[in-house]
Amino acid sequence: MADDSDILVKVRDLHFERGDRMIFDGVDLDIPRGKITAIMGPSGTGKTTMLRLIGGQLRPSSGTVHVEGQHIAGLGHGALYQIRKRMGMLFQNGALLTDMNVFENVAFPLREHTELSNDMIRDLVLMKLHAVGLRGARELMPSELSGGMARRVALARAIALDPMIMMYDEPFTGQDPISMGVLVKLIRELNDALGLTSIIVSHDIAETCSIADYIYLLSNGKVVGHGTAEELGNSSSEWAQQFLNGYSDGPVPFHYQAKDYLADLMDGADQRAQSNGSSGVAS
Amino acid sequence: MMTSRTVEIWVGLFVVAGMAALFMLAMQVSNLGTYSNSEGYEIQANFEDASGLKVRSPVTMAGVTLGRVTNISFDGKSFQAVVTMRIEEQYNQLPAGTSANIYTAGLLGEKYVGLLPGSAADPCEDEKLQAELEGREPDLKGLDCKPQHLAQGSKIELTQGSLVLEKLIAQFVSSFMDSKDKEQAEKE
Amino acid sequence: MSLNSIRTLGHKGLSFFQRLGRGSILLVNIVLGIPALLPRVRLLIQQTYSVGVLSLLIIFVSGLFVGMVLGLQGYNTLVKFGAEESLGVVVALSLVRELGPVVSGLLFAGRAGSALTAEIGLMKATEQLSAMEMMAIDPVRRVLAPRFLAGLISMPLLAAIFSAVGVLGGYFVGVGLLGVDEGAYWSQIQANVDYHDDILNGVIKSIVFGTVITWIAVFEGYDAIPTSEGVSRATTRTVVHSSLAVLGLDFILTALMFGES
Repeated sequence: MADDSDILVKVRDLHFERGDRMIFDGVDLDIPRGKITAIMGPSGTGKTTMLRLIGGQLRPSSGTVHVEGQHIAGLGHGALYQIRKRMGMLFQNGALLTDMNVFENVAFPLREHTELSNDMIRDLVLMKLHAVGLRGARELMPSELSGGMARRVALARAIALDPMIMMYDEPFTGQDPISMGVLVKLIRELNDALGLTSIIVSHDIAETCSIADYIYLLSNGKVVGHGTAEELGNSSSEWAQQFLNGYSDGPVPFHYQAKDYLADLMDGADQRAQSNGSSGVAS
Repeated sequence: MMTSRTVEIWVGLFVVAGMAALFMLAMQVSNLGTYSNSEGYEIQANFEDASGLKVRSPVTMAGVTLGRVTNISFDGKSFQAVVTMRIEEQYNQLPAGTSANIYTAGLLGEKYVGLLPGSAADPCEDEKLQAELEGREPDLKGLDCKPQHLAQGSKIELTQGSLVLEKLIAQFVSSFMDSKDKEQAEKE
Repeated sequence: MSLNSIRTLGHKGLSFFQRLGRGSILLVNIVLGIPALLPRVRLLIQQTYSVGVLSLLIIFVSGLFVGMVLGLQGYNTLVKFGAEESLGVVVALSLVRELGPVVSGLLFAGRAGSALTAEIGLMKATEQLSAMEMMAIDPVRRVLAPRFLAGLISMPLLAAIFSAVGVLGGYFVGVGLLGVDEGAYWSQIQANVDYHDDILNGVIKSIVFGTVITWIAVFEGYDAIPTSEGVSRATTRTVVHSSLAVLGLDFILTALMFGES
């Protein structure tokens, strides 16, 4: 693996549970600086939870998350908010503030965190909006935007404070092919132009593989495979093959855990017979 | 979307309306406009019975509220209630011989202090009147002259305490029985 | 079976105290966030608009009608005893002591409290609060604190407007329609309503109600399960709980304020 100083986010032996359900059961991840790293896996494997653990919105049950050498779960309120200023996160549905228009949404983190003059803020916002191609939409309200546009505005807002890490939560879900292509291009370009470190959480294989430098596959709370897109494609892991090729049955079974089909059907028949029998006796 | 200017104007109007309502409640609806705490002078009166009287009960003369009760305490020597009243400054011409009674407003209403004007036995006044009649200069030497008007710290001597309904009934019943007894005695 | 119901009872009790604890921690955080608001009056004004000004119409209309009904009913009763001059006192005392704070509290819970819960709950459901946290902006201070303070400011003003409008409504009916003497109406009010005992206590009541209603509303929204069902349940809970809280607190406060003397 790469040199330690090149690792921006380091996750070690991470355990996390929600209620009685184990979400992570000993996960190790290394997110290299300046690269696009993808975390993939089927729905419900806690990919979004991973981003929240990195962002410090959740605390692990055990194990550690280090961002730039800082132990996230151990930070106080102030220090955590300091490091969050250097993280950008793109939420699944954009999470734009619905009571402000596009311009004010992008200006929001600048107004909250800086003392810049209105002119400066205007210039910065227009630059960010131009980068995502929505400079002309600045007067629209979030309710007037399509899903893809909302995500691009959210992207402009996320990079408003020039973060060092960008986290993308399912950026491609529910997009038409054109806006999907736009987002893929934007993520790659922004990463290279701004010198970001990007983490993508997704289950859209083709798009993610086309831009990710390194991929982790998660399943059942564990890392089941990692490597570049090419390495994973050639891997002999049954699981990786099923996921990447979308086979309906394999290590991840088609059926939700249930008892034997025939026995289940017979059970129902037995019960009916029994209840009939008992009522017969009673009468 | 509302411009922030309109919003600000509305909020301003809202606050003004709220304050105006509070002001109206304070001045027009409550007694704040009519009673002032620091002005005026305090007088005292001892009552045999001050039951039902409260602090801030009105003090009236001829049905007009002149002031309010400010304190009610107990005098351990005379076993009487000491009632302190604050009278508004404009009514500083009450004669010294004024008497105080505790009345009830209506049959079951609040208790209040009613003042009745009267003249006190005052040798100075008598001497002045006498001198005027006789056409000579009044000779006030050796006479015990008292102030003619109630002022700060004055004490009202003539008082009549609360009438308690039970006492009245008891009195009435006993006098009724007495008269019956008498009638009985006369018959026999 | 009985063991199970005892267990359910224990579970409900525990979750109640957990919610109470979370609510108290939230309240402390909100109050700690209030000083940071002072230089940012604009946020407060915006929220005072949506919490206070938008509740103005319903408060005004209800106050007027409650006052008018009081005038009508009070007159019908008082006239039997020949005491219709006391109409003003009946109207003013019932409004200032009880109906003003309580009815405007209930209306406030229905109008502003539910809106607050729904707004905050939806912000949570659409991850806007999460997004703020990730932008290093504390939603408790940026979103909850101004709403809380706005509720705190609006409620006493609304209750005062309610009472004042109600007294005027009673005046219209009593003096305008039923022929009670105008001077008697006002002078009886002034002679019997005390500034300290009645007006100030009414204002204190409305401040307490405002605090509790906005606290419940803000907490329910912030604590809502971030789904449409969760938000709708939280909204219902806000109205039910804050209405019950207003009525219960009113009894306690009345006992404390008017019980003695």
